[in-house]
Amino acid sequence: MREQLSFRIFRWVVLVPLAIFTAVPLYVMVTSALKPLQDVRGDFQWWPTNLTFEPFVDMWSTVPLADYFVNSVVVTSIATLFSVVIAIFASYAISRYRFRGRGVFSGVVLSTQMFPGVLFLLPLFIIFVNIDRSLGFSFLYQTRIGLIVTYLTFTLPFSIWMLAGYMNGIPRSLDEAAKVDGTTAIGALFRIILPAARPGIIAVAVYSFMTGWGEILFASQLTNSDTRTLSVGMQSYATETNVYWNEVMAAALVVSVPIVVGFLILQRYLVSGLTAGAVK
Amino acid sequence: MALTFLKQAARRPAEPSPPAAQPAKRFTWTRLAPYLLILPAVLFELLVHVIPMIVGIFMSFIQLTQFFITNWSAAPFVGTGNYAVALDFSGPLGWQLVRSFLITLGFTVLVVGISFVFGMSAALVLHRLGRGRGFLRTLFLIPYALPAYAGIIIWKFILQRDNGLLNQLLVDGLHLASERPFWLIGGNAFVSVVVVSIWQQWPFAFLMSMAGMQVIPEELYQAAAIDGASTWQQIRFITMRMMKPLNAVLLLLLFLWTFREFNTPYVLFGPTPPEAADLLTVHIYSSSFITWNFGLGSAMSVLLMLFLVVVAGLWALWNRRVNRDA
Repeated sequence: MREQLSFRIFRWVVLVPLAIFTAVPLYVMVTSALKPLQDVRGDFQWWPTNLTFEPFVDMWSTVPLADYFVNSVVVTSIATLFSVVIAIFASYAISRYRFRGRGVFSGVVLSTQMFPGVLFLLPLFIIFVNIDRSLGFSFLYQTRIGLIVTYLTFTLPFSIWMLAGYMNGIPRSLDEAAKVDGTTAIGALFRIILPAARPGIIAVAVYSFMTGWGEILFASQLTNSDTRTLSVGMQSYATETNVYWNEVMAAALVVSVPIVVGFLILQRYLVSGLTAGAVK
Repeated sequence: MALTFLKQAARRPAEPSPPAAQPAKRFTWTRLAPYLLILPAVLFELLVHVIPMIVGIFMSFIQLTQFFITNWSAAPFVGTGNYAVALDFSGPLGWQLVRSFLITLGFTVLVVGISFVFGMSAALVLHRLGRGRGFLRTLFLIPYALPAYAGIIIWKFILQRDNGLLNQLLVDGLHLASERPFWLIGGNAFVSVVVVSIWQQWPFAFLMSMAGMQVIPEELYQAAAIDGASTWQQIRFITMRMMKPLNAVLLLLLFLWTFREFNTPYVLFGPTPPEAADLLTVHIYSSSFITWNFGLGSAMSVLLMLFLVVVAGLWALWNRRVNRDA
């Protein structure tokens, strides 16, 4: 297809600035992580003159990064697992059954996911503190269990909504054929729908994990020094007197690489899942 | 509703029903199945959403200050007192809330508008690009995949006054200013929070636009090209038309997400942002956790929720009319 000159110019006008805008911060992160501390204190050097891997070693001892890492992995994985499993059943019901209360249920799911997290943070904080006070020990407030519960506030509705959209796209003739062959509704879910919805399920899991991994609002109030996640713990590199910018960048790189790689591998599932949910 | 049905169903004995000619209202496992399937979701929705929301609305009517945090049943009932404080625009707290609301509105319009234009333009030109498409697509998506705090903390480094890359470029490189400006305090903080949010948000608009363009059949473009339509005409009459429903959803999502943005101002400025970047969610957060006035904080979050409901409702009306006209 022949393109007009004006469109080819437009292409460069769009792509070049956007590529620079996107890439420069990433470049800053990678190069600063490879510099000794004195080189990130003064003017920014485009070419690192003294390459070192020390920030990647020191970052584990400046703050207890490994503990934060474990907390993030545990909390995010469990919240993701819960919401995906619950969402599989719920979205199957929404997509394949017409039952009383379906509209109310979908309405609640859809509306809660547009509400801001702070709306849930304040009451959950009060509920957690008061439950723990009556129990006499820390069960929910500043514990991993409590944090998992709060993460479900955003992973669960999105998972249900997105997966229901995805399942609506799977032809009904598939599971109806299975039912004619004598499979029960649950059998159809496990044998027909689950394999067909695998891209959608992967997308939901990736998305839940990503949002949990980057979550700050709940983690900033509902964790303590033992249960702190990466999102809050990363702020500890800045002390009163010193900011270890090279170690901050090294840590940012290390916590990002697994998530970015996972995202890039699974992005085609995410795209199909997202658009299936959005366009219905 | 589901729960009452389950209770009723449980009282009746479950009997195997003949496959044909069942009475319409008889109990069968098939009728019960959807309720069993959504039961876990209903329980968790109650636990994490419905109960906290009811508690939150209740909290907005009591004087829940630091004395009552651990014993909230003792907090005195103040009726609409918290709302009166929040909406008394001549008082300092009400005025701060209005200012924060207007800042958030401006912030949201800028971030959503620019992110949408960036995402749409990039998708348009990449969709028609042969070589280099995969690489650029991957590059553009990285900021979206990056954990929010990691991306924002890079920007915090770039925006430092004394050793930041931006000031070095502006002052030493381009000589646009003689003094190094502050980007994380004062009026410039608004610019910073907008730019950083766009950096994180536009890849989502790009991702959705790309996905939407991929499902437009190639034959449409070929037919238009044979009829002599220019590239721009194809974009205007085919791509834009076909993208309308997706764009409507995309704009709503971007608006709702951006309006409640918390991470960017919180990581850039800490729990008390400069006045110019005092976005609503952070405003509510710091009013609650710094002054420990949870009653007022809850009243403000309920108002924020009502506003978002109104926006979504107006969007639904508008969307319905657009779809009917189309």
